[in-house]
Parts: sequence; C-alpha cells; structure tokens
Amino acid sequence: MNHEPITMTAPQSTQKLFTETALGRRKKISETIAKYIFFVMALLMIAPLLLIVEYLFIKALPVLSIDFLTTNPINGMRAGGIWAPLLGTVYLVVMSLLVAAPIGVMAAIYLNEYARDNWLTRIINLAVVNLAGVPSIVHALFGLGAFVLFAGIGRSILAASLTLAIMTLPVIIASTKEALAAVPIAFREACWNVGATRWQTIRSIVLPNSISGILTGIILQVSRAAGETAPIMFTGVVFFKAIPEGDIFAYNLFDQCMALSMHLFTISTQVPNVPEALPYGTAVVLMATVLLVNALAITFRVYLRSRKRW
Amino acid sequence: MKLSEKKIEVSNLVVSYGRKEALKGITLDIFANEILAIIGPAQSGKTTLLKVINRTIEFIPGAKVRGMVKVDSQDVSQIKNVYELRRKIGMVFPLPVGLPLSIYDNVAFAPRAAGIHNRAQLDELVERCLTQAALWDEVKDRLSSLGTKLSGGQQQRLTIARALSHQPEILCLDEFSIAVDPVTTMRIEEVLKQLRSEVTIILVTNLVQQARRLADRTAFILNGKMIEINTTDVIFSDSPDNKMTYEYVNGIFG
Repeated sequence: MNHEPITMTAPQSTQKLFTETALGRRKKISETIAKYIFFVMALLMIAPLLLIVEYLFIKALPVLSIDFLTTNPINGMRAGGIWAPLLGTVYLVVMSLLVAAPIGVMAAIYLNEYARDNWLTRIINLAVVNLAGVPSIVHALFGLGAFVLFAGIGRSILAASLTLAIMTLPVIIASTKEALAAVPIAFREACWNVGATRWQTIRSIVLPNSISGILTGIILQVSRAAGETAPIMFTGVVFFKAIPEGDIFAYNLFDQCMALSMHLFTISTQVPNVPEALPYGTAVVLMATVLLVNALAITFRVYLRSRKRW
Repeated sequence: MKLSEKKIEVSNLVVSYGRKEALKGITLDIFANEILAIIGPAQSGKTTLLKVINRTIEFIPGAKVRGMVKVDSQDVSQIKNVYELRRKIGMVFPLPVGLPLSIYDNVAFAPRAAGIHNRAQLDELVERCLTQAALWDEVKDRLSSLGTKLSGGQQQRLTIARALSHQPEILCLDEFSIAVDPVTTMRIEEVLKQLRSEVTIILVTNLVQQARRLADRTAFILNGKMIEINTTDVIFSDSPDNKMTYEYVNGIFG
C-alpha cells in the first residue's frame, strides 16, 4: 500500500467565510429588530390580562370572603353575597354540558368515522358551521320560541340549559371532529384489515387516543356557557330569587334561577346605589370559576397526553 | 407442482378513483397454497388489487369497482359478512403500523374482535404468530410494552404477526420488506416458504429478485393492465411470453 503524507493546509476560502461583511451586519441588525418587535407584540398580550385581574381584585377586595360565596344577595341586591347566582350558573353550565357533550361527541363520531361524503353529510356539516356562527342573542330568541313557548317548558333552568346546549353544540362537534381526525387513518385501516368493525375500531383505538382532545374541547365550552347572558335572560334567568343558603340542591330544573353573568349585568346597570365592590366581587368569582375549570381541563389534558401512545 | 383448487378468481376487474382508472381489466386466478408474486412499477395498481380482494376499497371515497372477484368461489361483492372475508385474508402493507396498544394486544386484537377471549388460547396464538413473524425472541420479555415503541423493522414484523393472528387462508404482503433490514427480510422469506403449506400467499414486491426467490408464479402488472402471468421460471427466463416482461425484469425499463 502506498501512503502519501497528508498535508493539513486549510483552504483560504474558509477563512474568508467567517469574516464579517457589511451585508452580514445589516442582516443581523434587521434580524434583531424584527425579533424584538414581535416579542414586544407578544408581550403586550400579557398586559390586559394582568391589568384586568389586578384591577378586579383590588376593587373587589372589600367584599371577598367565604360569606360572600355562601349568602344570598340582600337589600335589593345592594349587599350580601352571591350564593343564588353562583349556584344558578353551576346548574346552567352542568345541565347544558350534560346535554351538549354526549350529543356533540356522538354526532362528531358519526360525521368523522361513519359518514360518507354525500349531500346529507355536507348539509349537516354546513349546519354545524352556521350554527356556530349564530350570535348568542339569536340563540336566545330561538330558545324562547322553541323551548319556553313551543315545547311548553316555560322559563326555567331546563329551558335555559337547553338553549346554552344548542349554542355550545356546534363548537363541541367541531373540536371533537378535530380530535378524532388527529388519530392517524393508518390505525383504522390496520384494524379494518383484520376484520374489525368500525365500532370496534372506534372503541379500542380511536376514542382512547383522542379522548384528551375531546374533553379539552368540551371543557373549554364551560367558560362560554358560564359567561353568556343573552341566551339565558329570556329563557330562565331572573333578576332576583332567594334560595336556601348552603343547600346545593336548592334549585329544581323547572325553577327559574339567578346566574352570575346576569347578576353582574343587573347590579352594574339596573340597580342604583350598589357599593362599588359588589359587581367587582361578582366578576372575580365568575372569572375564578371559569379559570378554575380551565385549569382543571389543562391538568387533565396534560395527564391524558402523558399516557398517549404514539 | 400441482395447481389445483382456485382460491381467488379475478375477472375483468376495473377499478377507478374518480376519473383515473387504477386497474383496467385484470383477469387472473390464484391457486390454493401457491405463492403468487405481483411485480410492476409504482402506480400500476398492485395495492388496489389487494384492497379489492378484502373489500377495504370501500373505505376509499370515490373508488368504483367493476368486474368480479371471487374468493373460494364466492363473489366478494355479494358477501354479507365482510368481516369474515377480511379475517380470511391477512394484509401487510408497506409501512408498518403498530397500533397504540401493547405488543400482546396488537396481536390479540383481531382474535378478540372475532370474539376469542380465552386467555390461554390468546397466549398460545400470540406466541405462535410472533414466532412465525420472527419477532418472538426479541419481544417475549416485554409483551406489555407499547407496539408503537418498537423499531420500524420490528413494527413491520408485528404487523405481519397481526396479519397472521386471525389465521388467514390467504396472506397478502404488499412490499413488506421496504421497512425491514435485509437479514430480517430473509428470515421472513423463510417463514413464508414454511407457510406455503397452510396458506395462499400473494406477494406484491418491487424487488424482482424476491419474486424470483419465493414465487411459484409471477404476474407482471403495468399501468393497470396484466402484461403477463406465468410460472416464475418462465418470467425470469430469457424468453417470457411478453418482451416487456423481459425488459422490466432485467431492468431495461421501469
């Protein structure tokens, strides 16, 4: 074998490559400017949230206490707590999700897993998209017409919950469909190839691997259902109604109820001489409830995702 | 070799996806316990043919099938229990799919779907299928770990084990060796030779030498048309019936 000595001289061009040029400097400066502009814009998003939370808390501080949560409003809603509206909101949200979640998830499973691309499927999909775009006040009028008057349920928790359910349904369908579609089609094909039915495939492969996304979509609707005023004010929520304090079964489904969003609206605009801290306190509780549910949703999602298997 | 019983009969099969025809009138018979290799360049309709046989073509929107495919003398389009048909046919596609289940459950999935829940029976089946797929020795100590965590080649053997798990009479392998290393490929090829006594094997392959090594007969499909079907010896000889076969097999085109 013939070994030639290897010479280790670096080619000159390499050294040239790493010297700074005027163009290189300009690129670096514009890169830096661009990055910081985008960063500041992103940072701006924190400001409103922090300001809202801080402002609300400072203003609400005088009324915040456990008693505030567990007592009814008194004195024409100028004093006391928010027990009746808080419980009312819980009832409305839970009831509406109990209706909307199963229907929405099952409809989404049909649309994503079974439906062929034909005119009926397209009409259903169109309906879902359009239903999602209907303003909440229109949902309110629909609920009034359909549930309160036509179905004869009357103004009640049930009618208001059903209205909220109709409102959240399309979003639940859309988010569930998305979660299902995120499961690779190859998994389904593998199951079909060994003679599994669609339902066996859905039950053993598709649902276990999309459940975190499905639940996230559902739970995020809690904040929407809790915050809306319009759909419930015509259909079952009243300005004022005293209920037994501390009894979580104080409402009957066919009762009318109070709700936090409506209560906030009432005491900020309709009732004179309300102490300033009261509406802020209500707002803090409303926001805390929603944030609490969202936090639970996120924790749950992280937990489910850690068990994800591919 | 004796080619007696017709296992699959395909006559004048035309399959189109929208306006595009993937198969343009294919006719062939596949006999029981033979290994039939199907060769041909990409997009020539080989995979489509397999999907028609086990009727998973139905899951592809817009696919239209004309002509007749019979399995065990039964027109597949008339079969009421399509799941029974699919269990009769084991399918392995080019890309390995480990289901997001444990290795054990991956193999036990099909038997369970068919209603077998006896633990001892499942244990025995899982071990046999994994052994046949040349995977048992590597995974026997971690059957409860995830199938998706296996390497690509292992997942492909898991896929083969799953295809065997419902005790098919027909085994379709669609370019199974793409994701598998050469050593494993040879091991699986040995397994296929042993399986020949029990099952009918359709081997779609891009590796013409693999067809030569394994197949009793070889079919050459090009652009959805059957160019030639003949014994493997003839296909790979200097004078197959069709000149294009000679050119494809010898790498002159395609």
